[in-house]
Amino acid sequence: MSLLEVRDLRVSFPTADGVVRAVRGVSFSVDAGRTIGIVGESGSGKTVLTQTLLGLTPGGEVSGSAVFDGTDLIGLPEEQLRRIRGAQIAVIFQDPLTSLHPLYRVGWQIAEMVRAHDKSVSKAAAAERAVELLARVGIPQPRQRARDYPHQFSGGMRQRAMIAMALSLEPKMIIADEPTTALDATVQAQILDLLLRLQQDSGTALIMITHDLGVVADIADDVMVMYAGRAAEMAAKRDIFYQPHHPYTKGLLESIPNSSAGAGRLRPITGQPPSLINVPPGCAFHPRCAYVMDKCLTDEPGLIPVAQDAYHRSACWLPVTAAGLSEQAEEARRRTVGEGRHEAAAKIAEAIAESPEAEGSVIA
Amino acid sequence: MAFLTFLIRRLLLGIIVMWFVTVATFLLFFVAPQDPARLLAGKNPTPQTIAAINARLGLNQPLIVQYGHYVDRLVHGNLGTSFVNGSSVNTILKQDLPPTLSLLVGGVILWLIVGLGAGILSATRVRTLVDRTSTVGVLIGITFPTFVLGLLLQFAIFLPLNRSGFHWVQTGYEGPTTSIIGWAGHMILPWITIAAVSAATYTRLTRGSLLDTMGEDYIRTARSKGLTERRVLYRHAIRAALTPVVSQLGVDMGTLAGGAVVTEQVFGLGGIGQQSLTSITTGDTPVVLGIVLMAALFVVVANIVVDVLYSVLDPRVKLS
Repeated sequence: MSLLEVRDLRVSFPTADGVVRAVRGVSFSVDAGRTIGIVGESGSGKTVLTQTLLGLTPGGEVSGSAVFDGTDLIGLPEEQLRRIRGAQIAVIFQDPLTSLHPLYRVGWQIAEMVRAHDKSVSKAAAAERAVELLARVGIPQPRQRARDYPHQFSGGMRQRAMIAMALSLEPKMIIADEPTTALDATVQAQILDLLLRLQQDSGTALIMITHDLGVVADIADDVMVMYAGRAAEMAAKRDIFYQPHHPYTKGLLESIPNSSAGAGRLRPITGQPPSLINVPPGCAFHPRCAYVMDKCLTDEPGLIPVAQDAYHRSACWLPVTAAGLSEQAEEARRRTVGEGRHEAAAKIAEAIAESPEAEGSVIA
Repeated sequence: MAFLTFLIRRLLLGIIVMWFVTVATFLLFFVAPQDPARLLAGKNPTPQTIAAINARLGLNQPLIVQYGHYVDRLVHGNLGTSFVNGSSVNTILKQDLPPTLSLLVGGVILWLIVGLGAGILSATRVRTLVDRTSTVGVLIGITFPTFVLGLLLQFAIFLPLNRSGFHWVQTGYEGPTTSIIGWAGHMILPWITIAAVSAATYTRLTRGSLLDTMGEDYIRTARSKGLTERRVLYRHAIRAALTPVVSQLGVDMGTLAGGAVVTEQVFGLGGIGQQSLTSITTGDTPVVLGIVLMAALFVVVANIVVDVLYSVLDPRVKLS
């Protein structure tokens, strides 16, 4: 029985330019004590997805279900949702400088969290707990630092303070939305270590949102790759890195700069993420896909199992044998594409091959 | 220590500003087309009368000498004597200050209640009927000329009430020491008049500031902590949104302390504003100079107070 079970979640926002379909049918689950990494570019819908769980996206039209610990969060009355926020599910946001209130002391903000759901806790006791929490996340001289304002902390310390705040009520699940993006590399490693350790200590489930596959490799158990509001691929961490199936996932992996590969050009995925107002027909990734076939232009694939273990799924028309980075996998792809690509798809493939970033990574 | 340096530096700067103000005003008077002696001499003055007045008031001395005398008196706290009736300017100002300050205090309270209230209501109910109505109200408040409002209130409220025997509302001024109820009765219409424009401005300011604040990341964090919307609004949003409003208030108060000419004139309050108008018209230079100096002092002090207050309200601000 999963802690969180999301089924076919859809979120759209009516705007002056049209309806923005930010999340177009996402399903996943998170077990207690496990970490799922949600990977995607800006605009993939990963932030909207998680903020919708807690009702933090006003103005959105939401459908689908998200059952957390037996209760469906979608459509839950505001008052009940409010009681879950912070106490059962806590959030760590991306930029701790703007996410902490600039005019209140850090200790006060953490203490406020402690008292938010239980007014019987005295101000003194809450303040004491805040100091404890700051110590727990590795902030030196926590008693003095609790009296500081956010702008007096360094970036890494601010994020530690946010983590302390998120942990204060011992929630069952934490959503970390790109918690290390605003930090430099060495601090990033420290923060991830901290998160991992705290998670293991308290058995909290963690949803880690990131665009950085390195973070995923470090901290996730399972991975969901999102593209244009949907899941492109879902697998255990190992499979994502060693047996990627979806061309988007493959593209992400190949675009990682590899210091051991010597000099050479970076290999980005050609093109841009699509507008969520006008999502391309068929598979949303097809205008950028090196393996585009006719079917991709018209039929949007659902998540199809690509391994014996049914957990590894990919939203792609390529066969099961196309998973992975081996020669055989590439051969399987070529064969399938050769059979399935005619005029319309061929045109797209040509355009991709001709784009300046392509350089040899495309089958035309 | 840094605070003390800041304070001393700002006070010195303030003194320099006030000095410039006196020089400018002094010069203005002697460049002005009206001859003070002629103004005071009454109808059909003879040259001897004018010469006598000039001698009496020391107006026949070189400008720099006159200015020298002026500064000498100033340093001793003496603002001089009125050309018109010979009374000490200090006394005149002391008498005129209470009505102006009364106007200020009541006006500020009134416009803060209306401005902040309407601003918060509008921001929390954006684009609803409440918001739109308040926007129309703001437009009316900003564009309605003060003197028209004052006169309208007199015609529509003061006169009818008085005629039907209800005498609480009165024009003119009565101090609070005489009777609080009487004081309020005299001041209520001027308060409404002076507050109308500012209430509109503050509504717009508060609404804008609060709307900006509500979109900030730390508000989203506050909600994610499971705080009630009420607490998010008052403790987190409004607290941050009010800082620019408080700054504006300080500056406005400093300016208003120098006199609200139109309102005082319309209601015959006899405050600094009305006095300044009278003194300019009669060419009573010393009184005008005294008022200008005092108004400049209020503005300088208000600006210093506002800057200090801002650094208290926002810990990120360092006084430099």
